[in-house]
Amino acid sequence: MDVMPKWAEVVLVPLISLLLAGIISALVVLAIGEDPVAAAKLMVSGALGSTYGWGYTLYYATNFMFTGLAVAIAFHARLFNIGGEGQAMLGGLGVALACLYIPWPHWSLALVGAAVMAGLFGAIWAAIPAWLQAKRGSHIVITTIMFNFIAAALLNYTLVNMLRPKGSMDPATARFSEATNLPTLHDLLSPLGIAFSKAAPANISLLVAIAACFGLWLLIWRTRLGYEIRAYGYSESAAKYAGISPVKITMVAMIISGALAGLMAINNVMGEAERLVLNSTEGAGFIGIAVALMGRSHPLGVFIAAILFGFLYQGGAELALWTSIPRELIVVIQALVILFTGALDNMVRMPLEKLFLARRRARVAKEGAAN
Amino acid sequence: MTLMTKFMGAAAAMALSAGAALAEPALIFDLGGKFDKSFNEAAFNGATRWAEETGGTFREIEMQSEAQREQALRRFAETGANPIITMGFGMADPLSAVAPDYPDTKFAVIDVSWLDFPNVRQVAFAEHEGSYLVGMMAAMASKSGTVGFVGGMDVPLIRHFGCGFAQGVKAANPDAKVIANMTGTTPAAWNDPVKGSEITKAQISQGADVVYAAAGGTGVGVLQTAADEGILSIGVDSNQNHLHPGKVLTSMLKRVDVAVYEAMKAGEDLETGLVVTMGLAEEGVGVAMDDNNAALVTDEMETAVNAARDDIIAGKVNVVSYYENDSCPALDF
Repeated sequence: MDVMPKWAEVVLVPLISLLLAGIISALVVLAIGEDPVAAAKLMVSGALGSTYGWGYTLYYATNFMFTGLAVAIAFHARLFNIGGEGQAMLGGLGVALACLYIPWPHWSLALVGAAVMAGLFGAIWAAIPAWLQAKRGSHIVITTIMFNFIAAALLNYTLVNMLRPKGSMDPATARFSEATNLPTLHDLLSPLGIAFSKAAPANISLLVAIAACFGLWLLIWRTRLGYEIRAYGYSESAAKYAGISPVKITMVAMIISGALAGLMAINNVMGEAERLVLNSTEGAGFIGIAVALMGRSHPLGVFIAAILFGFLYQGGAELALWTSIPRELIVVIQALVILFTGALDNMVRMPLEKLFLARRRARVAKEGAAN
Repeated sequence: MTLMTKFMGAAAAMALSAGAALAEPALIFDLGGKFDKSFNEAAFNGATRWAEETGGTFREIEMQSEAQREQALRRFAETGANPIITMGFGMADPLSAVAPDYPDTKFAVIDVSWLDFPNVRQVAFAEHEGSYLVGMMAAMASKSGTVGFVGGMDVPLIRHFGCGFAQGVKAANPDAKVIANMTGTTPAAWNDPVKGSEITKAQISQGADVVYAAAGGTGVGVLQTAADEGILSIGVDSNQNHLHPGKVLTSMLKRVDVAVYEAMKAGEDLETGLVVTMGLAEEGVGVAMDDNNAALVTDEMETAVNAARDDIIAGKVNVVSYYENDSCPALDF
């Protein structure tokens, strides 16, 4: 039996967690002698107060949606994929190869081709640890995190020795051709008469990410495979008894997870940088874990949490630009949000559950007395 | 668009209300952060020196993500910061997107030499020449005939350092052996003193008795271990001789601080549209000689280094740059 009504579960718990994180962040900002109210105002106006701010917020959010979904689907099968970072790096490699070596006639075809390559590369990178887990019992947490380092080494090697244009000092590929450049939100919205900032990097991948959220929801709650994944996640032995193959579910869940993480590359590599740089993922794979935790592994939750983290990133950038709050402190603020919404979830949940339980008891007692 | 203009207005107002003159210079640090004991910190020191001497103020930002590079450039340009000084080759690409949009703003970029914009001043250091000189000293100080090189990440810039170093070693002692290792494959490699220490120990076990660190904050661990194990080390970027007096043979100076100081001093009159090469002749690179390493540097070494410096400046000795054809005559990577 659910102790709390659904709205409290979905809205109230994260909201109170956020509030607590906000209060502590304010105290920290106060402690270094800055004005927390001004800082909060700056973060909100910088991230949400203009289409420019929104453009950056949504750009970061798109990255986090992909990696958040990747972690979420693995969570449903009770697999902890912390290799999103490496899978996204490999996805970037796939996008770069697709964009550099295939003469695409139009961006729409390039997007499909690059997305397939990104997903494929990410999926392959996740499939190896998945196979090791399914067949050999090597723990997925260990193998996926080690694969992050292997991915970094592989990317470094290919960029420096193979893909770097001759004579360039920058370990990065050449710029992709114009035909592969994705339309930004500015290009998409101006035919509708909506003026959106030209400078912001948010692009059509946002729509792909939203479609992926919806698709994942369909997969998890409306298909047989989704049912099998969830059943396996709840109880491996029961799933086995029901004829669900653990090897198959482990492989399939991780392949979908890796493909989603890899897909992030169409946003950051193809949509923003338009070339592959060494440091293209910048920890989005790890932020995905926090996003999935906060979103309770539900695609809608992941969507909202990704936007929140996008806001924190862009708001943090504004703080760094206009105040003397050091960037380490901005990381502290972001970390506090992760801590309260992810790790300290029960701290808010348990007292709330008690409160709702007490109210229900009181109501039941009253009804009993009336009868 | 109205929202955008409103926002730009707000941003401009904010810059004004901060009590700053509009033509404040701005400094954009690279991802390593302001206090990396090396590249970015040198820039910060140059800017601080300018601020102290002139009483001026400057805007600054430390990058947190790749997407911020272009963002920071645009935001500073929109608020009228001039000149805008940026650090590192990672800024080359965003700068080529932004610079044409703000023709009245002057940009300076350190470690970049291949762009072509009328309002961009590019400053490139001849790290291979400075590394060549410390390589000579290393070979002359080495008793075992084996010297070590510890790089940060395996990127062209670090190969460039290592290549100059190896050429210098071979010039002083053609039979000498150079062991080159890179610290890691992620940006963490620029600030991993523990790993730097391990690599140094591994190089010592292979016979190295002088090690040259070109690895940012990782170098602190290299120098420490070299001092502990009783071998000599060579610092990089800023003068690190004082970290372990009598244990650090010398440091390869890269005067990023001078480049930043001069750009800020020139202010809005900054000369742009050109590539400034900071080599031995311009004293942009060089070897650090002070009281801390005086006992280690023999007269013979000093004479050889001075002669080599003059020869390089005169063009009699050509130190091959790794960038010329992406390979090194003296060292394989």
